[in-house]
Amino acid sequence: MSLLEVKDLAVSFVTRMGTNKAVDGISFTVDTGKITAIIGESGSGKSVACYSMLGLVPMPPGRIDGGTALFEGQDLLQMSEAQLREIRGRDVAMIFQDPMTCLNPFMTIGKQLMEPLLYHQQVSKEQARARAIELLDEVGIRDPESTFENYPHQFSGGMRQRVMIAMALINEPKLLIADEPTTALDVTIQAQILKLIANLQTKRDIGVIFISHDLAVVADIADQIVVMQQGKIVEGGDSEHIFHHAEHPYTRKLLAAIPADSKAPMPNEPDTLIEVRKLCTWFDQGRNKEPVKAVNDVSFDIRRGEVLGLVGESGSGKSTIGRSILRLVPVTSGSVNFDGTDVTTLQGNGLKTFRRRMQMIFQDPFASLNPRMTVFDTLAEPLLLHGIENSKSVASGVLKLMDDVGLARNFVRKYPHEFSGGQRQRIAIGRALATRPEFIVADEPVSALDVTIQAQILDLMQDLGKEYGLTMLFVSHDLAVVRHLADRILVLYKGEIVEQGSGEDLFERPQQDYTRQLLSSIPGRALLE
Amino acid sequence: MWRFIGIRLLQAIPVILAVITVTFFLVRVAPGGPFSAEKAVLPEVKAALEAQYRLDLPLFQQYTAYLGDLAQGEFGPSFKYPGRSVNELIGAGLPVTAELGFYALLVAVIIGGLAGVIAALKPNTRQDYIPMTVAMIGICMPSFLLGPLLVLIFGIYLDWLPVSGWGDIPGDKILPAITLGSAYAAYIARLSRAGMLEVMSQDYIRTARAKGLPEWQVVVKHGLRGGLIPVVTFLGPAFAGLLAGSFVVETIFQIPGLGRFYVQAAFNRDYTMILGTTVFLSTLIVLFNLLSDILAAWMNPRLRAQFGEQ
Repeated sequence: MSLLEVKDLAVSFVTRMGTNKAVDGISFTVDTGKITAIIGESGSGKSVACYSMLGLVPMPPGRIDGGTALFEGQDLLQMSEAQLREIRGRDVAMIFQDPMTCLNPFMTIGKQLMEPLLYHQQVSKEQARARAIELLDEVGIRDPESTFENYPHQFSGGMRQRVMIAMALINEPKLLIADEPTTALDVTIQAQILKLIANLQTKRDIGVIFISHDLAVVADIADQIVVMQQGKIVEGGDSEHIFHHAEHPYTRKLLAAIPADSKAPMPNEPDTLIEVRKLCTWFDQGRNKEPVKAVNDVSFDIRRGEVLGLVGESGSGKSTIGRSILRLVPVTSGSVNFDGTDVTTLQGNGLKTFRRRMQMIFQDPFASLNPRMTVFDTLAEPLLLHGIENSKSVASGVLKLMDDVGLARNFVRKYPHEFSGGQRQRIAIGRALATRPEFIVADEPVSALDVTIQAQILDLMQDLGKEYGLTMLFVSHDLAVVRHLADRILVLYKGEIVEQGSGEDLFERPQQDYTRQLLSSIPGRALLE
Repeated sequence: MWRFIGIRLLQAIPVILAVITVTFFLVRVAPGGPFSAEKAVLPEVKAALEAQYRLDLPLFQQYTAYLGDLAQGEFGPSFKYPGRSVNELIGAGLPVTAELGFYALLVAVIIGGLAGVIAALKPNTRQDYIPMTVAMIGICMPSFLLGPLLVLIFGIYLDWLPVSGWGDIPGDKILPAITLGSAYAAYIARLSRAGMLEVMSQDYIRTARAKGLPEWQVVVKHGLRGGLIPVVTFLGPAFAGLLAGSFVVETIFQIPGLGRFYVQAAFNRDYTMILGTTVFLSTLIVLFNLLSDILAAWMNPRLRAQFGEQ
């Protein structure tokens, strides 16, 4: 008997707009000691399926339409809320995507850790504390005795996810549901967390459901993979089958979306557009404190028409370099020469003219667009501000931009919230292109997107780059993505450049330990090559 | 932390100075004066009175002299209560008003907080609509209407509670406290509903449910702290507002508090009394705002840490 046997599970959401079948008759099993991965893009129903079994989907608007979910032979769907509560946190535990928001910011992590233990089992506070500290140590939290009284904001994202994992394991559950546990993390941290989950799973011999949008992430750890699309399972099998003998077109599309190729190097040596020399950007920490040296003595060139990739972890200063070139943060020292002009000294009108020639695309298309402006307003603003179009010709200019970035023309009067993440990023790209810039800084433009959408946006950026003759600084923590797009790559560590070269050079002949570490963090590499 | 408090106190000085200046010149602009309503006062007597209270000096000199008194903590003599100083009068009225305000705030927090939290747990159901409708009525209903209504129902028809007085008959403090607190209860209900609604949709609430905690523990342990921060920020201004706005209730229930002096002083053109109470109350408002900001910051560990570093 399997640990969990889900059969024909169907869940729908009933709203004023009508009934939406989120999960449409899916069946899968999870065995003790095995990892079952559920893969699908946002809205495919993969999280809803797992939450609904545990009574974590609010009803209404949610509604379970049918099916069974046998956990050790008992149907979870027939249980009362009180019975489910006994199982949640004791037999079945969960880890969520965003460790920044999933821990209570008002409570010490120690308290939060002990809570499930104190609630589900007859233990004293001292015993609970000892157990919690033991687990913190096991998941790799340094000095658990003293961090026990700390609040979540005192931990980094990766550390918080470790705390989440410790919290899930504290009652030694039989089934662990991990919902996109590494999506919000850097590639290197992601690799660590994946390894940790796999180790803990083997050691405890428990069943795991691993939910993700990214096939590559689960490549190394999953025993079984089911692929979901629009509420249905389109394909399932062991990872060997999925990665090498996939039949369904959607699975193949997911596989194709994993960036794996290097861009061919540029043919001839064109002239230099941007010269960065001894750039330092430091942030003051208040009196009596060392400033944070976000960017420290960095020099490099960007050639005209080139895509330069900038890779590093959070805090390596990669975003700050992009912002320093655009003068969005004050530069401490050094020079940035753009087509013969030192931009670090520009003021007023000079700066405005120069800004027209350089634009930025931000990571989060949800936050970087003004929610009260329609697509038309967003795209028309830079066109009018920089005098590229006048009030008569602006409409045709906006439509031209929408065609270029692949947005249907009838969306022109819609607001950002009416679009998906990928479409919003298209709007953001259109806004950046509006001023006909020569140079674009793209700061993690695809990190917030599902893999399939990510591939589309990368293709779009590549095409537009050629069409507009753009020079681009492409900032990302993901080496695989950068390799796909960039002519040359700079690897950044703690504000300094540690290595540079073409994608092929770095992947085949990395010189520095840090680069090798980044490379080994890329999920699913072994299976793909 | 101390730096923050120090900066806020320094910022309060220009605010209070502006209040003093505007009030000082505004009351002088109002027609009439403290001694103009008296029946046929001899010109010599009036001149003597004005000389005694420095009213014969040029206006600007009166202003600087008043500031000098204030700097020593002196609000000056009352014009209408001969022989008594404004300090004495405030000292007599304040304890009563503060007690009334405290009870009213208690009523507001308990009733408003409960109603808001209950409404937020089942949004857009009857459990939400009923308390929120009552809250809306509470905000709209002036205390000069609510007070007599309560007196009529509980004091006269049902004969459960005394209709007026303060500390004479047991239970005579209940109706004034409810009358004064109800509008604030309504505000707090709306604030706590909004706060709780936001918190209960956070991811960490889902985490708490996934641990298997019963719903009441999820609400009390994980929801309340974050959800009630907006209420705490409102408490300071609310208490100051209760002190300053108690006049109507004090009049309805015959309570010897600060509010009555305040309004009578305005009618009588009792310049020092008007100024004294205004300056006193505005200082209180500034202080209570600061207090509630500190409390709200202390409740949020992230802000607390920032304070600690400074």
